[in-house]
Amino acid sequence: MNLGPHADFIVAAYAVTVFVVAALVAWVILDYSTQRRILGDLEVRGVTRRSQRKDDR
Amino acid sequence: MAVIDLANPTRFLTLVNRVLPWLAAATVLLFAFGLARAMNAPDDYQQGATVKIMFLHVPAAWLSMMGWGLMSVAALGTLVWRHPLADVAGKAAAPIGAAFTFICLVTGSLWGRPTWGTYWVWDARLTSVLVLFLLYLGVLALYWTAEDPGRGSRAAAVLTLVGAVNIPIIKFSVDWWNTLHQPASLIRMGGSAVDPTILWPLLIMAGAFTLLFFTLHLAAMRNEILRRRVRSMRIIQAQEVRA
Repeated sequence: MNLGPHADFIVAAYAVTVFVVAALVAWVILDYSTQRRILGDLEVRGVTRRSQRKDDR
Repeated sequence: MAVIDLANPTRFLTLVNRVLPWLAAATVLLFAFGLARAMNAPDDYQQGATVKIMFLHVPAAWLSMMGWGLMSVAALGTLVWRHPLADVAGKAAAPIGAAFTFICLVTGSLWGRPTWGTYWVWDARLTSVLVLFLLYLGVLALYWTAEDPGRGSRAAAVLTLVGAVNIPIIKFSVDWWNTLHQPASLIRMGGSAVDPTILWPLLIMAGAFTLLFFTLHLAAMRNEILRRRVRSMRIIQAQEVRA
């Protein structure tokens, strides 16, 4: 594939897009594992939400 | 599961956990297909190979506006019906929309240098998209810095609805003013002006980017629901310690 005399601009556009999309994907994955870990810690300590208490009754 | 059941965050989470892996797989497959078609698309007779930037720039531009449209509907849900899931949807869409607007601006600039001879001009289309990006940052600042999340959400919803005025300005800026940016060539009266050998890869890439947007949005909404649960559990924990 020949990208011609402006190959640098094309490669830079794709590189920026890949970087931003990868950052978004990493953000949602890391955020999910962080929230799950904190929720797990709170549940281990016996903290429950009010709606959970209603379910238990 | 009835549609109304999705208004319940717990049921919504169940659905998201079921749908997300399939949506992610469909996104990867469509990107693989779209990129293969885009890389094999012929060069433009005027722009040469730089037309390949269009396969990123145009979908990012569409999603930057779609993201704000989605946030505007969510803002109505927050302000009128005060539905917590609407606020979750708006907050989750803001960073994703901002990221696509950033991609749109940067790829447009990198496309502009070889085709127009400049990275940037203050014409109506480019400036209105820059304003959209700044509005996204403003909404994010309101969500992330407000001490009271409820007040922050309402302020972000108001800014979102005010900023929605900018969406038709972006769309019609190339018709209302003299711009260096070309007028609409895809969605216009009389049909698309783009050759099918370039149009099809573009539509497939637009589909892939749209699936990516919804995959990320659903994942971010799930995270936001969990974050709110963490917050409410911490408040309960603090109340129990005090009592």
